[in-house]
Amino acid sequence: MRTVALSINDKKIEVPDYYTVLQAAKEAGIIIPTLCYHDDLCVAGNCRLCVVEQKGMRALQAACTLQVAQGMEIFTNTKQVRDARKTILELLLSEHAENCNSCYKNGNCELQKLAKEYMVDVNRFIKISHHWNFDDSSPAIIKDDSKCIKCTRCVRTCEELQGVSAIYGAYKGYETKIATFFDLPLDEVLCTYCGQCVNRCPTGALVEKNYIQEVWEAIDDREKFVVVQTAPAIRVSVAEALGIGIGQISTGKLVAALRRLGFDAVLDTDFTADLTIIEEGNEFLQRVTKAIRDKEVIALPMTTSCSPGWIKFIEHKYHELLPNVSTCKSPQQMFGALAKTFYAKKRGIDPSKMVTVSIMPCTAKKYEANRPEMYSSGYKDVDWVLTTRELALMIKQAGIDFTTLPDEHYDSIMGQSTGAAVIFGATGGVMEAALRTVYEIVTGKEVPFENLNITPVRGMEGVRSASITIKETKPEYSFLEGFTVNVAVAHGLANAAQLMDEVRAGKSPYHFIEIMACPGGCIGGGGQPIPTSLDIRKKRAQAIYEADMKLPLRKSHENPEIKQLYEEFLKEPLGHLSHKLLHTHYTQRL
Amino acid sequence: MNDVQKMQEKFSLIFTVRDHSKMIQSIAKKSPDEIIDEIIKSGLRGRGGAGFPTGIKWKAAKEAKDDKKFIICNADEGEPGTFKDRKILKDHCELVLLGMCAAGKAIDAQTGYIYLRGEYAFLQSDVLNKINEYNELFKNNNINFKIELRMGSGAYVCGEESALIESIEGNRGEPRNKPPFPVNKGLFNYPTVVNNVETLAYAAIIVDEGAQNFSSIGTNDSKGSKIFSVSGDAKIKGVFELPLGMKVSELVDLFSDGDTKAVQIGGASGFCVPRKQFEEKIIGFEGVPTGGSIIFFNSSRSMYRVLMNYLDFFREESCGQCTPCRVGCQQLYNGINAIHNGQRPISYLLQLQKLAKIMSITAKCGLGQSVANPFISITEHFKEEICY
Repeated sequence: MRTVALSINDKKIEVPDYYTVLQAAKEAGIIIPTLCYHDDLCVAGNCRLCVVEQKGMRALQAACTLQVAQGMEIFTNTKQVRDARKTILELLLSEHAENCNSCYKNGNCELQKLAKEYMVDVNRFIKISHHWNFDDSSPAIIKDDSKCIKCTRCVRTCEELQGVSAIYGAYKGYETKIATFFDLPLDEVLCTYCGQCVNRCPTGALVEKNYIQEVWEAIDDREKFVVVQTAPAIRVSVAEALGIGIGQISTGKLVAALRRLGFDAVLDTDFTADLTIIEEGNEFLQRVTKAIRDKEVIALPMTTSCSPGWIKFIEHKYHELLPNVSTCKSPQQMFGALAKTFYAKKRGIDPSKMVTVSIMPCTAKKYEANRPEMYSSGYKDVDWVLTTRELALMIKQAGIDFTTLPDEHYDSIMGQSTGAAVIFGATGGVMEAALRTVYEIVTGKEVPFENLNITPVRGMEGVRSASITIKETKPEYSFLEGFTVNVAVAHGLANAAQLMDEVRAGKSPYHFIEIMACPGGCIGGGGQPIPTSLDIRKKRAQAIYEADMKLPLRKSHENPEIKQLYEEFLKEPLGHLSHKLLHTHYTQRL
Repeated sequence: MNDVQKMQEKFSLIFTVRDHSKMIQSIAKKSPDEIIDEIIKSGLRGRGGAGFPTGIKWKAAKEAKDDKKFIICNADEGEPGTFKDRKILKDHCELVLLGMCAAGKAIDAQTGYIYLRGEYAFLQSDVLNKINEYNELFKNNNINFKIELRMGSGAYVCGEESALIESIEGNRGEPRNKPPFPVNKGLFNYPTVVNNVETLAYAAIIVDEGAQNFSSIGTNDSKGSKIFSVSGDAKIKGVFELPLGMKVSELVDLFSDGDTKAVQIGGASGFCVPRKQFEEKIIGFEGVPTGGSIIFFNSSRSMYRVLMNYLDFFREESCGQCTPCRVGCQQLYNGINAIHNGQRPISYLLQLQKLAKIMSITAKCGLGQSVANPFISITEHFKEEICY
């Protein structure tokens, strides 16, 4: 590695030669403010807030784009620099909506934070009013152009991480805006509602559509029995959303908080995550059996279906591959369908009086709950979907001191889960959980990895793969003896597209593919705490795997409540009731 | 013959008759180093307005190692008050193609693009015919160089070289971060030389006949002739080839209607020179640089309206990506309007001047940085007209 020596504010430092001045300054302990810069994205250099003085240059230079060079002299704290930054903030604010106090991002807005630091004068420049769009057409995401500062983080997120490009720069000059295709409402364009843009928007221009009022109303309604379910990733991020700490496992406190909010039953999506593994694992085995033993033409590789952003993506962009997608509903929707049938019956509750709320790390789940297929209980299976961030707000509104809460347990039934379900929250988790179960169904033995940890499918690389050779099968699976199962995992839709291109070209070596729409999987979901970065996602994922290790049961098929569910209600995996309640179909979208 | 004609006669290099087939042969014979040396010796600087030494640019692109390189002729002549490239392409397109060929030979590029302004669609078929003719000629002279035509769509900012490159690549026309400069990472990330139409025409002449003739004209910092687009309140208007380094007063003597109160040099993004500075200001890179636009204003013109017209242009033609330019241009426009209408005090002008200066050091590209040129020069010299 070659290094160069430069000075920043007369402090000499030596850094790798590919560093930008922004990186070098960070290493030297010098903070340079940024808005358009984001760790996850390519450099845009368009907000100009990070400008610094470089000796010998007339103009200021953007630190985020400026590569270091030998002997370079940089000054980050001169009158010229401070004036420039303050002016740039004042310019941004002059065309920014003025209603900070009623903004959903109030208190977590990067523009607001910098405005305070630089003591801006909002009256210095003339207020510019544009007739911007307010787009709340989708059930998941609100796009409020009056708060947009055109930093293009969302544009770069959508293009680079997701390969979707639902939004991009449109028009020019003072009319410049971040727009959808032909400025159509979000619900009419190719948007997966993954919410990654929401995670990276520095202001309140892109936020989730919140349903906090609706949920309070349900809770306050004495007629209604309100059931809440919590996704696997919530237990490692709710504390972070409350500002307590990144990567803390707080399952018990989460349950306690939900009870204190007034939910009538606090249940776990992890339960239906275990159920998903049983259904999806059996579906996979069924497909493999048909393909190998019966030589039938059947769509392989099979892909997972838990991620609603991924589902919408494939419905739009690779619809000819829809037969490859597992017909299993996501754990959220399996839960909803069972809550208003099995659970309601068991508890003697009129399902028409039942309200199901789910706490999700996701914005696309809000859309998923509204899909017309998701009424298989006879009612809307999942009534309201809240993000981790919305839950944190409710906890604050209720005056709950999260840190002092006792650890409590989920209610039963539909509250028990295994470690296999917890790891659904991280990329690779569904694959790992499925392999733990499928391998055992086929061979009667545990998957051959130390402590059941299938490490090749873990990690943050965009696409990962593993091969497992099946040995010593049970007699009924003897046709799989010596068969090598090739699996792949992708997170972030741009990575998913790579795998799908292979499948489309008939060149995919895989049998089973897990796709999560969001970088890092659900722990990096669009409904998770802001900000996000690779470091933060790694910490959340680490907590997920710790939580798995701590649980006594770590294989979905060992979940006693799942066994009970099949005995009492579903009878068998892929059976008649399963098909009615737990499986679905997909639609080609343009 | 009037004075303007006499001057032109003396300094015409482009606007004269040349034997183009002989020029091709002479380019074909020269080595890359010979071509670059001759251009460096001539002192030719970019004729689009920025004035970067052409030979140095070519040399840098030659030294950049890559398997492909490109030459781009910037014919996106969008600066208000400039219409010289249009005439060059109409009457002397051959020189431009030859200049591109020489540049291609110098840096070892096999492909050249002409990026023609969208509004010049009427030139498209003529230019295309010439391109086809010359691609054939290059082949016949064993020169491995092919030119293609690309049309712009009317955005002013696409005259900025990196925005132009983005546009050719099929992207939104937005300037890139620099460095890296196009000579290292340009079109499709390959080393690319982007030159103005006029620069390439002069380059062809210099490579053909040597630097001597060209560099004997002009001043030390601003060598050679330059093609000017003269408009506004002038007694003679049009496109003229004149030496660089003239005083503004000389220009006024040649073209003025006798009542000139200010000359805008370099178009909307250039400088406004008031009457009291006509004697001291030199037109050239040591004084007032210009891409060739010269606009005369007489006493019947309101400098408030002139400035508002420019600001309206900039607030619309900013690409919109960087804050200082996108919002700054709107603030300057709204601010001047507010002062003029009494909605803001005259002291607000000071705030706006500060803003313009900050734009000039923080904007991402030349467009946003140069808005300060007309703004400061007009508001300083014509404060009364702006404010009252």
